[in-house]
Amino acid sequence: MSAYVNPLRQEQDRRLPRIAGPCGMVLFGVTGDLSRKKIMPAIYDLANRGLLPPGFSLVGFARRDWADQDFAQIVHDSVKAYARTEFREEVWNQLAEGFRFVSGAFDDDVAFDRLRRTIEELDQVRGTGGNHAFYLAIPPGGFGLVAQQLQEHGLAVAPDELPVGKSGERPWRRVVIEKPFGHDLTSARELNSTLDTVFPPPAIFRIDHYLGKETVQNILATRFANTMFEPLWNNNYVDHVQITMAEDVGIGGRAGYYDGIGAARDVIQNHLLQLMALVAMEEPTSFDAEALRIEKQKLLASIKIPRRIDRGTARGQYAAGWAGGAKVLGFKDEDGIAASSRTETYAAITLHVENRRWAGVPFYLRTGKRLGRRVTEVAVVFKRSPHQPFTATSVEDLTQNALVIRVQPDEGMTVRFGAKVPGTQMEIRDVNMDFAYGGTFTEASPEAYERLILDVLLGDPPLFPRHEEVELSWKILDPILERWADKGTPEDYTPGTWGPASADKMLARDGRVWRRP
Amino acid sequence: MMELTDTSSSAIAAEFVRARTRAGSPAMGMVMTLIVVVDEESSEAAMTNARKATHEHPARVLGVVLGSARGKAVVNAQVGTGAGWGGEAAVIRLEGEVVKHADSVVLPLLLPDSPVAIWWPHDPPADPAADPLGALAKRRITDAAEVHQGKTTALQTQCASYVAGNTDLAWTRLTAWRALLAASLDQHPLKVTSATVTSERISPSADLLAAWLRNRLKVEVTRHHSSGPGITEVVLATKEGPIRIARTDGRLATFTSPDRPDRPIALKRRKLPELLAEELRRLDEDDVYAATITSLSRSTS
Repeated sequence: MSAYVNPLRQEQDRRLPRIAGPCGMVLFGVTGDLSRKKIMPAIYDLANRGLLPPGFSLVGFARRDWADQDFAQIVHDSVKAYARTEFREEVWNQLAEGFRFVSGAFDDDVAFDRLRRTIEELDQVRGTGGNHAFYLAIPPGGFGLVAQQLQEHGLAVAPDELPVGKSGERPWRRVVIEKPFGHDLTSARELNSTLDTVFPPPAIFRIDHYLGKETVQNILATRFANTMFEPLWNNNYVDHVQITMAEDVGIGGRAGYYDGIGAARDVIQNHLLQLMALVAMEEPTSFDAEALRIEKQKLLASIKIPRRIDRGTARGQYAAGWAGGAKVLGFKDEDGIAASSRTETYAAITLHVENRRWAGVPFYLRTGKRLGRRVTEVAVVFKRSPHQPFTATSVEDLTQNALVIRVQPDEGMTVRFGAKVPGTQMEIRDVNMDFAYGGTFTEASPEAYERLILDVLLGDPPLFPRHEEVELSWKILDPILERWADKGTPEDYTPGTWGPASADKMLARDGRVWRRP
Repeated sequence: MMELTDTSSSAIAAEFVRARTRAGSPAMGMVMTLIVVVDEESSEAAMTNARKATHEHPARVLGVVLGSARGKAVVNAQVGTGAGWGGEAAVIRLEGEVVKHADSVVLPLLLPDSPVAIWWPHDPPADPAADPLGALAKRRITDAAEVHQGKTTALQTQCASYVAGNTDLAWTRLTAWRALLAASLDQHPLKVTSATVTSERISPSADLLAAWLRNRLKVEVTRHHSSGPGITEVVLATKEGPIRIARTDGRLATFTSPDRPDRPIALKRRKLPELLAEELRRLDEDDVYAATITSLSRSTS
């Protein structure tokens, strides 16, 4: 029998959106912030945009004594508060019909049996066709147990008696997990092996929500769809690259999670190294998952950490003081943090890439809490022009040219270059040329979670890091973390500033300064 | 909005620059020029819709109001950059002889390099590409469902004069229907043996949908009439039973398919700004639309 070709689908027909096939999602950890602020609103937004299949079902699993309606009420509240698109009664009603709730603990066999029956019932009445994604919005400590339970109760693979699709595909089961993917290489491998025994690698979707952001995807478009940037994208012209992710808030109520983890594990290991990989990698042969992964992996494998870790890295802890006009606590005064805590809330590291393109170009990665403002950006700073026909005084105000990719907020791109100041004398000063991705395009651009959840349901993996990438990132970070654990303590920094003095010194040793982002 | 009376293109262009400077020269990533050709009564509504649509595609929106072609030539304009909006707009009112030379007013106001789209909210010329204003644009958007006169033949007229770059909002209104129908065949990979499309009596969208199904499925497509609104039902017959999408209230549809429970699905009639924004998203030729109207004119001639 020849494969069925849908006559109503044509490659040229680019108006037609990709709608996921019949499927449902099971959400573990329904009461967490992640579920309420991101996942539930994103599901509603997808439904509102008509991208979910008819009959899409959402099953909540938690240790609450709830009925289906109670669960629906929780989703309703979260959608009302956080959804991006307008609330429409008919969309809601359609979606809410597919809500189910299963009450139980993760070690409760009876509850998982109930979960299986619920899914089977949904396949019958809602036509989800045996396709289900399990979203583990829970602390990673629970991953192993839940995965095991799913396997023991026959949920991890679709049962054989389910009919195969008419074009011959088997019903699928997928699992979605969120960072942290371990806290070092060993634990990342352990975590992976607990999932790996239950789900095959292509069925494991690791969410790094940064990769779902339009601006991050735009890095690839900027680099590889244009001619004017790529020729400069190497050590002939680039002096160094600064990748910054700053938050203006402290750790808030997340002491339990944050203490012992710290800024490097929380942010550099995943978001910043992924950003760096996208900025520095070679052109992939295509934009499918495999080709992207090969290039990212190659880049991550060629990253070298500084020979003297104490000189090439910096870390800090925010002290008490004033930030943005408010009096704030120091990290050690936060609830649940011990006065002796050595967890860093600021981390900066120098990395080199050992390949022909980037030899000699340092990549400075920094992240921290309670910094000047909330900003994520990649700044490619160019070398000074080798010769200036102008006098030293006329180029006094000219610094290095830079191309800044603003990931958030105010998404866009800035090019910084010198221009003549109007007047009779030749005087050259830095000016900015701005492209604002935000303000205007954002209305149509979906939230990262919408894009990622849809990709999970479609089974489209390019935007999800594979475990090889996770392991490579830990290989880069582990020696630094070990060294930090062995020796010294994080340096205090004033809240609302751009980090500890040691970070500035780290760049000063190379004769460079941090941009003020 | 700044009023300019008895003015010229260069004065309007200068006012655009001044307005931008007054706003502190914000970064303006305008990606296109959108010309809107309207009459006086509908100009305000049309400009509002255009402005909303261009939230997604920051643009210079030029409203051209064509008055009586008799008498002395007068050009009046209102120019401004809107607050909270990435674009700029001008409503240009033409009267007298200059009405026949509207392109001479508009040409100097097109943004450099970027594409030009034109939209006739109501009564388009019979041959949009041959129209002097239409000839300036790469994308010519008509709306067969909104013409004031000759509703029954409006779509036929546009089909007859079709060239690459023409498009009609009657087609845009179908995207959600087409997406659902395509998805239904993803779920039920069956051979369709015949189809019916039910709609209100005059519905260019339904004509296009029937033509699209006929062209793609190579089956007989029957039309039925209902009291609307718009398209109310599409049925694809297969040997395992019908796939049916019925929508009687213009908002919520019921999806019926073989061996599956009936499911409600949101299928809302979209408003003009959304339709226009979709239309402006891609400015190259829409091959599927071209094939559909070719098949439509063949079946009716």
